Amino acid sequence: MNQSYAVPAVALVVVATVLVGAFGLRISRTTSDFYVASRTVGPRLNAAAISGEYLSAASFLGIAGLVLVQGPDMLWYPVGYTAGYLVLLLFVAAPLRRSGAYTLPDFAEARLGSGAVRRLAGAFVVGVGWLYLLPQLQGAGLTLAVLTDAPDWFGGVLVAVVVVATVAAGGMRSITFVQAFQYWLKLTALLVPALFLVLAWQAHGAPRDAFDEPATFREQRVVRVDDTLDLKLSRPLGVTATGSVDGRRYEGERVELPAGVHHIERGARLTFTKGDPVPVADRGSNGGMSTSLAAGREERPLYATYGLILATFLGTMGLPHVVVRFYTSPHGVAARRTTVAVLGLIGAFYLLPPVYGALGRLYAPELSLIGNADAAVLLLPDRMIGGVGADLLGALVAGGAFAAFLSTASGLTMAVAGVLTQDVLPARGVRHFRLGTVLAMAVPLAASVLVGGLPVADAVGLAFAVSASSFCPLLVLGIWWRRLTPPGAAAGMLIGGGSALVAVGATMAGYPGTGSLHALLAWPALWSVPLGFVTMMLVSLATPGRVPAGTAAILARFHLPEELAGAQVRAAVSAKEVGA
Amino acid sequence: MSGFLAGLCVAVLPLLAAGFWLGRRTARPESLGGLGTPVEHATFQTLHTASLAAPPLRAGLTEETAGRSARRLRTLLGTDALCLTDQETVLAWAGVGAHHRAEIMERLGGPLETGRGEAFRLSCDEPACPLRWAVVAPLTVDERVHGALVACAPRESAVLVRAAGEVARWVSVQLELADLDQSRTRLIEAEIKALRAQISPHFIFNSLAVIASFVRTDPERARELLLEFADFTRYSFRRHGDFTTLADELHAIDHYLALVRARFGERLSVTLQIAPEVLPVALPFLCLQPLVENAVKHGLEGKTDKSHISITAQDAGAEALVVIEDNGTGMDPDRLRRILAGEVSPSGGIGLSNVDERLRQVYGDDHGLVIETAVGAGMKITARLPKYQPGVHSAGRLPRE
Repeated sequence: MNQSYAVPAVALVVVATVLVGAFGLRISRTTSDFYVASRTVGPRLNAAAISGEYLSAASFLGIAGLVLVQGPDMLWYPVGYTAGYLVLLLFVAAPLRRSGAYTLPDFAEARLGSGAVRRLAGAFVVGVGWLYLLPQLQGAGLTLAVLTDAPDWFGGVLVAVVVVATVAAGGMRSITFVQAFQYWLKLTALLVPALFLVLAWQAHGAPRDAFDEPATFREQRVVRVDDTLDLKLSRPLGVTATGSVDGRRYEGERVELPAGVHHIERGARLTFTKGDPVPVADRGSNGGMSTSLAAGREERPLYATYGLILATFLGTMGLPHVVVRFYTSPHGVAARRTTVAVLGLIGAFYLLPPVYGALGRLYAPELSLIGNADAAVLLLPDRMIGGVGADLLGALVAGGAFAAFLSTASGLTMAVAGVLTQDVLPARGVRHFRLGTVLAMAVPLAASVLVGGLPVADAVGLAFAVSASSFCPLLVLGIWWRRLTPPGAAAGMLIGGGSALVAVGATMAGYPGTGSLHALLAWPALWSVPLGFVTMMLVSLATPGRVPAGTAAILARFHLPEELAGAQVRAAVSAKEVGA
Repeated sequence: MSGFLAGLCVAVLPLLAAGFWLGRRTARPESLGGLGTPVEHATFQTLHTASLAAPPLRAGLTEETAGRSARRLRTLLGTDALCLTDQETVLAWAGVGAHHRAEIMERLGGPLETGRGEAFRLSCDEPACPLRWAVVAPLTVDERVHGALVACAPRESAVLVRAAGEVARWVSVQLELADLDQSRTRLIEAEIKALRAQISPHFIFNSLAVIASFVRTDPERARELLLEFADFTRYSFRRHGDFTTLADELHAIDHYLALVRARFGERLSVTLQIAPEVLPVALPFLCLQPLVENAVKHGLEGKTDKSHISITAQDAGAEALVVIEDNGTGMDPDRLRRILAGEVSPSGGIGLSNVDERLRQVYGDDHGLVIETAVGAGMKITARLPKYQPGVHSAGRLPRE
């Protein structure tokens, strides 16, 4: 990669984000545009903002990387990330807006009138937020490392500093405009290079063997091994090696490797010739890198796929940074329209990463070997086109990737900091919001340095699993079931979300489970979501006396259109009083 | 390995915290066993039972609250049956022999009329029924009889009569407190009603005068202003709901400013800076317009040159920050403090202290107005409005396209 283009591009994105955030307010000086200035955010603008905030490093880099490594099975990721909004649209969007809640803890309080459940929901918001921030920081580190040879931790620290500085200084004064801007930036940054890449692919004769197993090298390729790894060969393979292979040193000699496992020391260079199949790297336990979850998936492919589908379908509604954006819609109908628009925008965006993944399988298959598959999107322009044009396209992609980290990280940081300030730290005030911001970012930053790299899309999947097992039951039952009680909600969140959290912690720590246990821990949603629902319902049924007093009126307000609600709620309340 | 430990910590810490918190909440000092002599112990028991019976009654005398407290009261009196009645029916019956309900209501007429206690023999056909005597003690609030407490026992007993009388008096005190609570709520409601929606009569007079001045020279302008005036008065006279949205309030301010500008023309300029995220925030009805009115008044007071007002609404995490600033004459901070404390009434209307009081009532004492001012230095008023507050919902309005 050519740094002289990419670094200015990243800097430009950072500066543009800060500027739009600080000055993007609507200002009016005459009465005539007073109406314009005080007009609420329309569904399309709000949808772009939600999409901008939602499309994270996992979407921008991770999906292409997973498709590159594992092939078309991974298309479930973009499907799941999008379909989550369908569930949100059908069951949650409008009632959530009508509840008047700004955050998920607000919703818990509005529905159940219990401070304890509110604080518990706050704890889970913080947990999910931290889990989601972690891969953003790792992705930023990876991007900068690929672009500039900076150390792995540098990108994460850079994003953390920029986000904390802008959020804590109150710089995100017009977050809707910032996030909408980021969406269009991200779409452009993937769409324009993708057009050129597809043209280049056409020029190369449009090879169609992208998803052949195994992937093969299209040309002679030198691969530098940065981390010691074991190669699994199913067939004998001849390579030219420089460095240590199976304990022997080679200096540019031809080696015939028989089928089986071969130990490659770090620093070795292997030259593969055209048409060689790409060998599979077996990283074993060294750092729990990208193969850890993948191995589980190979052992339990069907289970893992369903786990993923459930987590992404049901987890979207509990993402703290997405929920707060719905507050911007003026009423329930607008919230629903916004969600429909989000489905369109996100659906359009998710057509692109698989293209990169497929092209990556064709043109950069060795990335799966050196465990750097998430960088495929960044490296492809250089690999396929070359020259100044490729450098410019690469810079555009790099800028888009940084927009992804910045937008998601700032949204999450604001959501987590808000909950920390309101429900965890003692008194209120601006100072505490700053303290909350620092705290919100410090923990995932420390964790991203401590806990090794999971593939970003997988790590985000874990955050979805926790969200799906704790907030999905709370929201769905809270909106649609009148017998929900505070103890039931608390128990359901604790047991469903807590068990998912433990499973996720064990997975991220590289817990060396084997076989089915590992798969159960790596994809907890399939058992933890039903567990959360069942616990919540059973405990609620066991404590019928604790159904909050105004439930009928609250549910009426959730479900009736605003212009009817006033009168109807009064009717419901008086009916209840008569009944009592 | 260190990665494993770190991950484990990340996973376990929230659970530990949750467990600790749950433990703290459920652990309550329960045992009174080792405390004092048997007599003191009995006193504690009695007081404890009485304290348990009190909370339901504080909500007034209804079927639900009577049902919950009657059980406790029966334990307190140690009788076989106890019932609470209002003027017409038995609200709750605790203990055996519920078939006496009708009979008791028949015999209650006298005591309910006179407000004096009474004991009478019950007639019963069932040999197994232990209830032979009923002791009636009326429940009075403000010397009006609201109902009665009836304790039933196998035999006549002076102790029971005395005890029932004391318990009835204690229940009456609780009901009086409930009455007090209700009147306090009514008072607050009345206060809010009195505080809300007071557009100043001066404003109506001035607006009409301005419109009148345009009627001949510029009828079209006069018509527009009349419409603005109609919109503004409709907003401020509307009767449903105590809350509105920031967007609606800003529209009302727009109408207001249009009328003011017709009067002062170029002397008044206004800048508006709004973060659209905060427009759906619910807030007490007409609580920003008085601030703008105040700014207009102070901005133009005793000055002949131009006056500038800026209105900003910012997004600040879980709150919206509304700032209204003018470059007018300002005010002596001490005088302002006295106005806000309600010690002196300011010259025109009750704007600032009214808004401050309402914000405190709705959002709590730490959400009052913050006012920065000095004589000759203009005035800057900051209001912090939480995006979510339990019980604050803007009244329904038609979606505006």
